[in-house]
Amino acid sequence: MVLSPADKGNVKAAWNVVGAHGPDYGAEALERMFLSFPPTKTYFPHFDLSHGSAQVKAHGKKVADALGNAVAHVDDLATALSALSDLHAHKLRVDPVNFKLLSHCLLVTLASHHPAEFTPAVHASLDKFFAAVSTVLTSKYR
Amino acid sequence: MVHFTAEEKATIMSLWGKVNVEEAGGEALGRLLVVYPWTQRFFDNFGNLSSASAIMGNPKVKAHGKKVLTSFGDAVKNMDNLKGAFAKLSELHCDKLHVDPENFRLLGNVMVIILATHFGKEFTPDVQAAWQKLVSGVATALAHKYH
Repeated sequence: MVLSPADKGNVKAAWNVVGAHGPDYGAEALERMFLSFPPTKTYFPHFDLSHGSAQVKAHGKKVADALGNAVAHVDDLATALSALSDLHAHKLRVDPVNFKLLSHCLLVTLASHHPAEFTPAVHASLDKFFAAVSTVLTSKYR
Repeated sequence: MVHFTAEEKATIMSLWGKVNVEEAGGEALGRLLVVYPWTQRFFDNFGNLSSASAIMGNPKVKAHGKKVLTSFGDAVKNMDNLKGAFAKLSELHCDKLHVDPENFRLLGNVMVIILATHFGKEFTPDVQAAWQKLVSGVATALAHKYH
């Protein structure tokens, strides 16, 4: 799947709307994922996963910052996410199926906070973008 | 078999009561066709699906979306027996419509996203979790009779 110029424009515009809420939305997406898809919690046995957890907040910021970096370098995701790609392949080894689950929860979070901007076309572009990021993050798995 | 707590059932029914089935149905099917264009393979006779706006405004998409979501209402009424409630539809989707069950998962997730756009803050993580269980249960029930 290739991101068209229109997709890239939609993604950048959407991320602009997110603005300073990035960390909050990151944390919210994680919380949504842990509640809707309990097996995802198996990757965080060392975390307090209760509502409002400081660890989840911090991790949400990490995720948001990484996505912001990806948006800024949408023309070369492989280079921008190379270190994270190594991390996921060799250390974290999160099963690839889980990237779809977090991506879905990110979409739900954005849709609930910004329904007006979350048009079908923007929805499609963001879905493609998260899929592209996921592909890069799992690209060195084997 | 998926089991719903009393709380989950109440959460689901309360939200469902506020859904405009006709509007939401058209939007759900429309977004499915926009976001996952390969799903258009089942709708060759629907006319103009050439752009997002064409799809969202297409009267056949709206009508069929309404049909699909109305049927989903049966799920809300039969949460304790989804497999029974959708047995006939499952056979239809396998034998006559030849729809890959993966499409039910895709549509279910699109529905969850639409609920999020409509209900905003009210669509909390807990509410989403209950609905994810339902759409997953419906997808499984619709695939149950496949052979």
